[in-house]
Amino acid sequence: MKPSPFEFLRPATLAEALEALAGNPHAKVLAGGQSLIPLLSMRLAAPEMLVDINGLDELAYVRASTDGVRVGALARHAEVQADADAERVQPLLAQALALVAHPTIRNRGTTVGSIVHADASAEMPVVLSLLSGSLTVASAASTRTIPASELYAGPMESTLQQGEIATEAFFPALAPGAGVAFDEIARRHGDYALCGVAAVVTVDDARKVESVRCGYLSVCEVPTVLDLSEVFASGAVGDAALAAAGELALGSLEPEADIHASADYRAQLVRVLTARVVRAAYDDAVDRSDRRVR
Amino acid sequence: MTTDVTAQPTVKLVGTEVRRVEDDRLVRGQGQYADDVLRGALEMAVLRSPHAHARILDIDVSGVLDVAGVHAVYTYDDLTGAMAEPLPLLIPHAALTHGRTQYALAKDEVNHVGEAIAVVVADNRYLAEDAVARISVDYEFLTPVVGIPAARAAEHQVHADVPGNVAARLEQNVGDAEAAIATAPHRLALDLDIERSASMPMEGRGVVARWDTDARRLQVWTSTQTSTGVRAAVAAKLGLDLVQVDVITPDVGGGFGVKIMHPWPEELLVPMAARALGQPVRFTEDRREHFISSAHERAQQHHVEVGFDDEGRLLGLSVEFWHDNGAYTPYGLIVPIITSTQLLGPYKPQSYKVVFESLYTNTVIVTPYRGAGRPQGVFVMERTMDAIAAYLGLDRTVVRENNFIRPDEFPYDHGLTFQDGRALVYDSGDFPESLRKLKELVDWDGFERVRAEARAEGRKVGIGIGCYVEGTGVGPYEGAHIHVETSGKVKVAVGLTSQGQGHQTAFAQIAADELGVRFEDVEVVAGDTRRMPYGVGTFASRAAVMSGSAVALTARMVRAKALRIAAEALGASADDLEIVDGVIRVVGDPAKSIALGTVAVLSNPLRYAFDEASKAATQFSVGDPGKPPVAEDDEPGLEARDFYSPMRATFANGMHAVIVETDPDTAEIKILKYALVHDCGTIINPMIVTGQIHGGVAQGVGGALYERMAYDENGQLLNASFMDFLMPYATEVPESIEMDHLETPSPLNPLGIKGVGEAGLIPTSAAVASAIEDAEGFPITAMPISPSELFALRLAHASKGTTDEDRR
Repeated sequence: MKPSPFEFLRPATLAEALEALAGNPHAKVLAGGQSLIPLLSMRLAAPEMLVDINGLDELAYVRASTDGVRVGALARHAEVQADADAERVQPLLAQALALVAHPTIRNRGTTVGSIVHADASAEMPVVLSLLSGSLTVASAASTRTIPASELYAGPMESTLQQGEIATEAFFPALAPGAGVAFDEIARRHGDYALCGVAAVVTVDDARKVESVRCGYLSVCEVPTVLDLSEVFASGAVGDAALAAAGELALGSLEPEADIHASADYRAQLVRVLTARVVRAAYDDAVDRSDRRVR
Repeated sequence: MTTDVTAQPTVKLVGTEVRRVEDDRLVRGQGQYADDVLRGALEMAVLRSPHAHARILDIDVSGVLDVAGVHAVYTYDDLTGAMAEPLPLLIPHAALTHGRTQYALAKDEVNHVGEAIAVVVADNRYLAEDAVARISVDYEFLTPVVGIPAARAAEHQVHADVPGNVAARLEQNVGDAEAAIATAPHRLALDLDIERSASMPMEGRGVVARWDTDARRLQVWTSTQTSTGVRAAVAAKLGLDLVQVDVITPDVGGGFGVKIMHPWPEELLVPMAARALGQPVRFTEDRREHFISSAHERAQQHHVEVGFDDEGRLLGLSVEFWHDNGAYTPYGLIVPIITSTQLLGPYKPQSYKVVFESLYTNTVIVTPYRGAGRPQGVFVMERTMDAIAAYLGLDRTVVRENNFIRPDEFPYDHGLTFQDGRALVYDSGDFPESLRKLKELVDWDGFERVRAEARAEGRKVGIGIGCYVEGTGVGPYEGAHIHVETSGKVKVAVGLTSQGQGHQTAFAQIAADELGVRFEDVEVVAGDTRRMPYGVGTFASRAAVMSGSAVALTARMVRAKALRIAAEALGASADDLEIVDGVIRVVGDPAKSIALGTVAVLSNPLRYAFDEASKAATQFSVGDPGKPPVAEDDEPGLEARDFYSPMRATFANGMHAVIVETDPDTAEIKILKYALVHDCGTIINPMIVTGQIHGGVAQGVGGALYERMAYDENGQLLNASFMDFLMPYATEVPESIEMDHLETPSPLNPLGIKGVGEAGLIPTSAAVASAIEDAEGFPITAMPISPSELFALRLAHASKGTTDEDRR
């Protein structure tokens, strides 16, 4: 369980890091290392060079403004989770981050790192996708912004190009009339979920449902977002509609089987969690609307 | 409550919650494990088979020695003498007609993923792994045999010369069970399965060796449960005299059975390399290696036929089971023999037939893991008890009570042969009292109210029970050496090892009590063959029974000698003397006294005075000029060595009850309450006993609800990491365990001790299965069980419309 040989570089500026990446097509970026280091140790990954960006203080930030939360590439999960402004602007962040592994992992792991690692079992890719956020990526030549909907190409595969560093994730603010919720079921506390669901529900002034969107993790090969508004056309969140939401979701999902859960069981968790989370997000939306009115 | 032993020096220590002397050092990170010894030693990495079953056609190691920092590469062809022979079959048995063991490095064939093929020694582990990656092996693939059904079907064989994959078949009979079943008023048949798990200590295997070229001596530090066993194996395999080999057990980060297996290939290859290279060499196992190249246990499938009367009394019990022993059988038939005998628990069937087959598969070897066949046996028996209760419509505890051995029936002879080759005779116990206490502790009779309340809230709850008897403290023997220094300090050495059980504390309690010295003046060393070359090992819940007894017997010898010498010095009769806080004094005349350290000086008349104690002692050392300074039947020194060797095992017992809640939607299983009663005879240190039970229950919960070895049909272990092998966290085990003790001392040893090391996990799977069955209303016949599997069972029973009625 020792990595094969690699060159190690710890640049002081982003430009230097980008230059190093541009110069070696077999280089990898090291940020929090919570996934990369185990992969190296098990020799499942053997990059020629590690470009350690932990010296780039310019990327260690969490900035909340009225339009959303900007998370720099070196912001640790724990820092994003603890940021009160970020929680106020987009409460789904803190809710999801509380479910990311264990405190020791959140202390080192970065939110942007988790997003580019593109694990369909991770919370933050789903959050970015559900919120229609985006990722800013830089290369030696240019900088571009990738909308979340175009970020995930396949299992553990993002659309980042070699030579690019993700510098910032942008999570749009919670819209007026919206509420959020996140829940997941894991075999053990802090494990990757067997199934997880995040929801954004918007209500009108009469507390009637306007829209329902859910994001699913650990169900399919990539983070998946579905619009389930049609089963709530009456505007109410009743048991029948919640059950129908789960079935509607399953129509678009192909739950996978693994050693921890059969496909049937995952489908059951999709049903149960969809209902739980949509109801909770609806309650949250109503609660926020009431508070805003008061 | 803990006792501050320094404040109350004369308190009797056995039975007291003395704080563990080990912990201060260990929790401060000052433990010294195998990987901490001889830093800077060369390091070994192992090329392991990536295939479950293959013939090795060629191994190409060219290029390996080109890697800078690589010192050696070894394959089978480099092994000579006894090293080129198969590894020992440690525990032969007449029924083990087709026993097979592996070679230290694979010869011609590999039989499981992870089997060692070659090793590289380099400056460090990084380089060693780089070099291992350069070895190329040509394989001819053979079809792997994975799982008990495939092994039984025997369409393919693991070993070409073992027909049907059957390593052994063993049958034991008491009476004519089949006839009794045939004529019984009621009959049931059950099929019950347990899956593979493993010990999984925090520290994996680790071994370091240093060859002293000048002294021609080998020193080996290894993370083992038996230093004496490793010493004998290393000497035999490397062609050394026993006196040339020292084996020292450093701190060991848990064993749970896997480290009683020995010698591991690496335990031989590291000393071999150290000797060949003239430099210290180390091997530290990583976690993936531990999963695929140490040992597993538990996988068995059982078929039960039982005949019983209207009260549920067992008239005939017939059990046939199939034991998956993995690729080789180095540890013999211990696990299935334990299942076949300990299955009987606290019950007395009128007749019993048990037959098992031990089967080869292309998977990691199977050797005892804490519980060692008992969890399977208890699962089988307790599921049978529950099935009988359901069939007859009786309370589950009533059926058990009706089958209990009664307190006046001890010693109780089952008429079977136990794992130590001795008769299965229970020495003591009080099962009805244990059950009464357990029912009170868990409020068994009040549970229907709890169930009704939960149901009203839309919740499903169930209660379950599991009872066991555990043979502990098997022979052949253990010993102790006790030496009183002239300072009065007492040095105790035992032959077996410690993996965190608190031996240094518990044995010091015994020695302090027996000798009459202060606890803090006693120091215990375990598992160092330089200090105690005779010993067996730490397994089968035997350390307290065996070494605890040996320490007591040895301390009594030292005490007798001390009193004899003191009597002479004080001009008193030995019968009038007592030892308090390390001072021997005349009872009723404390002015007439002599320190134990001074007696130690007197015991060695040839020694000069080096300190105050010995100066003070010289006034007594007049001696009788007409006699030799050391009498003919005496020896110098205040020390003794003695051994304890029992006729047979002593049998501890216990009963667990658990209340679970199963989520009606997600099938998640939550333990609401865990209660148990146990009887391990005389308790040396209640805090250590409690810790053993807590840890055991946690491990038992792992075995019941989380842990399994997920092999695919190609023999690849899919979950060989802590990410996918679900060892429970603190968040998964019950927050509190309600515990009550019963102490029926064993008549077989001087302190009345019974073992407790394995007690916590033995009936856990049985009790949890019982509770889930009670909550769900359909039979639970296989463990462990996951929410996904419980969900599947719900669907299957819903579609079949199964109810309790169908079980009749």
